[in-house]
Amino acid sequence: MSRFSPYDNNGGSCVAIAGADYCVIASDTRMSTGYNILTRDHSKIYKLADKCILASSGFQADMKALQKLLAARHLIYQHQHNKQMSCPAMGQLLSNTLYYKRFFPYYTFNVLGGLDNEGKGCVYTYDAVGSYERVGYSAQGSGSVLIMPFLDNQLKSPSPLLLPAQDAVTPLSQSEAIDLVKTCFASATERDIHTGDNLEIVVLNAGGVHREFMPLRRD
Amino acid sequence: MKLDTTGLESALPLFGANCQMVDGFTAAPAFELPTTLDFDGFQKEAIQMVKPAKGTTTLAFIFKEGVMVAADSRASMGGYISSQSVKKIIEINPYMLGTMAGGAADCQFWHRNLGIKVCRLHELANKRRISVTGASKLLANILYSYRGMGLSVGTMIAGWDETGPGLYYVDSEGGRLKGPRFSVGSGSPYAYGVLDSGYRYDMSIEEAAELARRAIYHATFRDGASGGVASVYHVGPNGWKKLSGDDVGELHYKYYPVTPSTVEQEMVEVSAA
Repeated sequence: MSRFSPYDNNGGSCVAIAGADYCVIASDTRMSTGYNILTRDHSKIYKLADKCILASSGFQADMKALQKLLAARHLIYQHQHNKQMSCPAMGQLLSNTLYYKRFFPYYTFNVLGGLDNEGKGCVYTYDAVGSYERVGYSAQGSGSVLIMPFLDNQLKSPSPLLLPAQDAVTPLSQSEAIDLVKTCFASATERDIHTGDNLEIVVLNAGGVHREFMPLRRD
Repeated sequence: MKLDTTGLESALPLFGANCQMVDGFTAAPAFELPTTLDFDGFQKEAIQMVKPAKGTTTLAFIFKEGVMVAADSRASMGGYISSQSVKKIIEINPYMLGTMAGGAADCQFWHRNLGIKVCRLHELANKRRISVTGASKLLANILYSYRGMGLSVGTMIAGWDETGPGLYYVDSEGGRLKGPRFSVGSGSPYAYGVLDSGYRYDMSIEEAAELARRAIYHATFRDGASGGVASVYHVGPNGWKKLSGDDVGELHYKYYPVTPSTVEQEMVEVSAA
């Protein structure tokens, strides 16, 4: 008699890359449960603020609840402070929100991408209970163990902990970063059963938000 | 058992009476608990699923010139290295540092909470900085109230207050120890070996930093769960200062440079018989 589990893993992968003045956030659009595909066009990317975009893989019901909560908190912030929340501020809000459910976690593996107060790209990567870190690039989800080593090989930037400090943003141009992301997902789709169908890429830069799609293998 | 929520209370109700807009978000500063008959079993399963990042080496010691604090920067989730650039030395305030070992989210949240809520509130209420003794005691009491619920925190609070340098070890079992030398984490046995054998009270800052750096390096060499960048901080009468951050791979070749060895026997082609 197996006990009821409140969680399920809907699979999928998310990637974000920070550039000098842009940020690329991408995820596949397959939603699955076990070996079954539930839908081929489910978006895991959500715009929280003008300069802040969240991508989450894992349990999509928890993802939906988290998105709603953060959107509501952002609305309250806008009413109280008469401005949009910055990406670093949203980063810490997300960390605290995740930790407040420490004893009944949100089963989501998040990547937050956006532009910081100086207009440089920033990416924050999280674990399920809220530990977070600002990085130059990150992958989360079922394909992350396939994608991260590839990104390390292509983008490995000096650690932000080194003294004297060295910059963590990638030297790639925006179009090179988009091509890199397409390559990542094409490869991950080959070897991860939960990743595939369609790739949604969102690019955030000073000119605004730009969204594009690319088909992936549907098998 | 009442959970200690002093660290979670929001400051908003103090500012004005017209806060209806935020009711529901800041009204109850409590952790949501799952409604299940078997809380421990649920936590065990949840932690397996979440696989929090741990495995680390951190150390701190008191010497003549203050407190030296050092840590590696690797976070592992099971066998997967989730990050090589985790900040394990957390800057609670300009004169107090905390180290992170155990669950990354647990340590990050409670240290952030300690700095922003507990320590700052004390400063504002008492018009003086909180002592290291006080900060570590408040943290230990908070963690004690969550004892048995699965938090994993093994931290050292290091700082300089009116009584001089202070160093306390605090963990999620509720333990709190005052001492001159500590190392915490999976790599701590290796770090203790180097630290204990090289320690003298009257070292200069550079000697102490080099000892701390070497101890972290040796721990990362032998412990698979430790690695990345070895950071070293010094806490003096004017607060803390980061002294160095070195990649341990490069430290290896600094301590053990490659020397060309003399060739004993050269391999030669053997003609087919």
